[in-house]
Amino acid sequence: MRKKSLIYSLLFQGGILLLLFILQFILPTYHHSSVSKIMVLASYAVAYNFLLGYTGLMSLGHAMFFAAGMYAAGLGIYYLELSALGALLFGAAFTLVISLLFGLFALRTSGVSFLIVTLMFGQTFYLSILYFNEFTFGQDGFSLAKHLGKLVIFNKEYLYSNPDVRYNFALILLTAYLLISTLIMFSPVGRILIAIRENESRTQLLGYNVYYYKLFALVLSGTFSGIAGAMHALLFTYVGTTFAEIHHSISPILWTLLGGAGTVIGPLFGTGIMYYLVDIISGITSNYQLVVGAVLILMIIWFPMGIMGTLRQKWMKWLP
Amino acid sequence: MVKKDLEKVDQASELNLSRRNVLGAGALVAGAGIIGSQMIDPIAGIAHAAGSDAPIKIGFQAHRTGIGALYGRWYERTTNAAVKHINSIGGIAGRPVEIITEDDGTDPKRGADVVEKLATQHKVDFVFGTLFSHVVMGSAPRAGELKIPYFVVSEGYHVASGALNRYVFQPCITDVRAQISAVSGWMFNNLGKNVTIIYPDYAFGYNHRDYASAAAEKHGGKIVAKIAIPPTESSYTRYFVKIPKNTDVIYHVMVGPGVLTFVRELGEHFGPNHPQLFGFIDSLEGVNISSPGLDFLDGSHFWEAMPRYASAADSAGSRFYRNAVGVDNSGASKSDSKDVAAYSHMFGCWETLFAIKEAVEQSGYKSKKDYATLIETMEGFTGFNEGIAHPQGSKAFSGKTHQCYGQQFVSKVGNGKLNVVHKTSIADGMYEPETDYTKQSL
Amino acid sequence: MSSWINENGPLLFLALLDGTVTAFVLALIALGLSLVFGVMRIVNIAHGEFFMLGAVFSWFAFDLTDDPLWGFLLALVLAPALVGGIAVFSDRFILRKIKYHPESTIVATIGLLYVIQSLTLIVFGPEARAVEAPLYFRIQFPWFGYSGYKLIVAGMSALGLLGVWLLMIRSKLGLYMRATQQDLEIAKTYGVPTKKIYAAVFALGGGLAALAGVLVVPIRQADHLMGLEPLLLSFIVVIIGGLGSIRGTIVAAFIIGISDGIISVFYEPTLAKMLATLFVAMVLVLKPSGLYGEEVA
Repeated sequence: MRKKSLIYSLLFQGGILLLLFILQFILPTYHHSSVSKIMVLASYAVAYNFLLGYTGLMSLGHAMFFAAGMYAAGLGIYYLELSALGALLFGAAFTLVISLLFGLFALRTSGVSFLIVTLMFGQTFYLSILYFNEFTFGQDGFSLAKHLGKLVIFNKEYLYSNPDVRYNFALILLTAYLLISTLIMFSPVGRILIAIRENESRTQLLGYNVYYYKLFALVLSGTFSGIAGAMHALLFTYVGTTFAEIHHSISPILWTLLGGAGTVIGPLFGTGIMYYLVDIISGITSNYQLVVGAVLILMIIWFPMGIMGTLRQKWMKWLP
Repeated sequence: MVKKDLEKVDQASELNLSRRNVLGAGALVAGAGIIGSQMIDPIAGIAHAAGSDAPIKIGFQAHRTGIGALYGRWYERTTNAAVKHINSIGGIAGRPVEIITEDDGTDPKRGADVVEKLATQHKVDFVFGTLFSHVVMGSAPRAGELKIPYFVVSEGYHVASGALNRYVFQPCITDVRAQISAVSGWMFNNLGKNVTIIYPDYAFGYNHRDYASAAAEKHGGKIVAKIAIPPTESSYTRYFVKIPKNTDVIYHVMVGPGVLTFVRELGEHFGPNHPQLFGFIDSLEGVNISSPGLDFLDGSHFWEAMPRYASAADSAGSRFYRNAVGVDNSGASKSDSKDVAAYSHMFGCWETLFAIKEAVEQSGYKSKKDYATLIETMEGFTGFNEGIAHPQGSKAFSGKTHQCYGQQFVSKVGNGKLNVVHKTSIADGMYEPETDYTKQSL
Repeated sequence: MSSWINENGPLLFLALLDGTVTAFVLALIALGLSLVFGVMRIVNIAHGEFFMLGAVFSWFAFDLTDDPLWGFLLALVLAPALVGGIAVFSDRFILRKIKYHPESTIVATIGLLYVIQSLTLIVFGPEARAVEAPLYFRIQFPWFGYSGYKLIVAGMSALGLLGVWLLMIRSKLGLYMRATQQDLEIAKTYGVPTKKIYAAVFALGGGLAALAGVLVVPIRQADHLMGLEPLLLSFIVVIIGGLGSIRGTIVAAFIIGISDGIISVFYEPTLAKMLATLFVAMVLVLKPSGLYGEEVA
């Protein structure tokens, strides 16, 4: 039964990814670019969901991880002239260390306390970027446009800002995250994480070292967020404190909950819907924030499990 | 009758002093021909245009929401007024101008998306209108990648510093480096030599800290203290105790909602015995000088880019502009006296649209494939003449830095108004170019 | 040693004065949040917006009456009432519908934050506006001047805190609130109208924040974005003090208010904020439920 669920899940997600792949040949320029960005941001949300949806820990400071990866990669390219791959690896490594240190600390708290610790650390990270502004360029930020080399594939050169490069790299990132998340969710580790979410004390009673599992989830979630940040720097070139601010911590929460926390692919839908909602509404009224707020409230009242969550409940019981 | 003559005179002065030879001269003749035919009958100009090409679409990246909303509101009003006037005199190269506005929320992330949307979905010819420097940094590189001309109305030093790309211009609003260099000389020579700078702890503030310090060396002044204040601060009294006793002048550039508190607390702290104050009107854009708590500013001085209060010294062009954008003689909206204008910034939108008009007409730009010609033409401009098109004043323009240089004003607060006491020359704010965009490929 | 006092004494004194005022106001705002946490077990992300609304309504009162004192008195009564009303409305039509589920509440209150902020932008406008203090007098110390009104703010906040304490200890409402906080199920069994209590608590929380806004706006200014900073600060206060503990909230507010004042005077403010956060993290690691808190899951 679980094997069947796994296969259905991979097929379903594979189908969506295939659809995204094909879409790039049909989409007009503007939407092509939007979807690229959505996929990178959705990867951030998928990483976030790993902590929230599966382990049940809500963090209000995840922008710290995203920005850590972004700044490590960006500053690495700017000052150390790292290659793109080098920057990604550097971003990943840096974020790994940060999430590990943070986790060792913060996981001594849980629930609301955990939420607020993440909030505060997120703020501190943001402040430290401002504090070291001579090195990090502070609030203004900087662009990697003139510092990135060219991508060489099969002896052909491409700019990283090339629409096809952007789209496909974003797609590869998203695919990797979805695959890894799904596989973990179907593995014994995943089952234990879900058990922790459902009832932590009982899981502890059963003999599992809950702390280590939570740490694993946090480090994975944080590091993947950082890699998404590094990829964002690479493909969209701008590195700035706007990605370390609290709004960028709130965003993945919205995307995940809208799409369905606790479903692997939910965050993708959540990110896409929110992105286009803001886009379409800001074409109609300058007060899109009002509409977004109203939509959020209505959404959470009528679809508290998010879109995919509700779908799973009603029709697609096998969805991870 | 008189008004038409004024328009004729001003249109003649709008024609730029261009160094570009063949192409420029040819375009000049063509442009002159079109403008000339419109001078004969400005109203028929529209009918003339309708028969010719499609509208010129200009994308306006507006700070409609977020921390820049106050400026965004006035930028939009000024833009609409400018377009209305331009279309009434025949549009650009005989084509009507269409503005497409998108809100970037004063957020660099959205800025890049907005540039994208304007360029690829709305397919505009040009994008303009950004003010806040972090949004400029987030958006301008995208314009370079998309290869669409991007006109900044920011007063940031980013364009001239070489940090951006050849598609980016700031043709009609001066940058902070020039502003500070120009007026701090006056400050050191007229208010006092020992200066304490109080500035916000981010880029805008650092510019002031650095360039004022450089000016101090030049004019024999001394910066006795530099006090940085974090942007989220809501109370300033604890910083005032750090002001040295021998301070002659407090140079302050606080921006954001906290300014009202800042001034009030400064007054509470010092009482009647206080040093001279020198500020920048950025602190009070959109704020009425007679607001509660601002009485402490009486007798103090402010830098202005364009004097908020009308005076007898205003040129005809300036008066025309003030009327067109709906601002009364005290710098507030004619329809709501509580709605004070961002008068030292918004003119940048008006003038930039005219600069675009001039560049298009001189280069013979018809469509996107003419971008290179347009850019090269603009790089050949040496300046703009004062008039209806450029009411803030005459400007010099550097093709290398893509930046204009202009006059600055020092005004004194008195009798509930700001009265101009000094006008700098364009040369006062010039500096050696630190970059040369013309050497970059397009 | 004495020369250090001579040099830094005034700084210290100013820091203490300012810190005390900050602490009192912070205590008021954080108390609202803490009560809501404690009784309803939810996080209200829109709490800062209630504070902002208090300040904005105060400006309207000032604009309406054109007199600082009458405007202030009007706002003192009206603003908390109006904000309390908005809170009750939100509780009835939003929070109750999502059954106070913690995660859903966070999303819903974020939505509420966006709605309140954008409506304020439309009605009030993007610019900051000043409100005159109802009573203005300047105290001249030997080293600097100080606003007398700030001391009034501290005093009135103290009264507000006292009022809440009396409410909790002496009144029936307070009894019901404490019962609901202790054990919801048992409180229901004893006939406590928990639904109404929830509404009352949410209204009280919002009202306290609004009151702080009214008190504070003459020494700051009103603008639609002013709610974020107090929100973050009150989160910190509540977490250090311990969820649901009034005493803890007040103690923590003072620790944070005064230490922030002192550290900022002697060190760079940005650095001070960073250090403060790390300090808070330390506290949490050593005592995860905060100084006075009970264990909360």
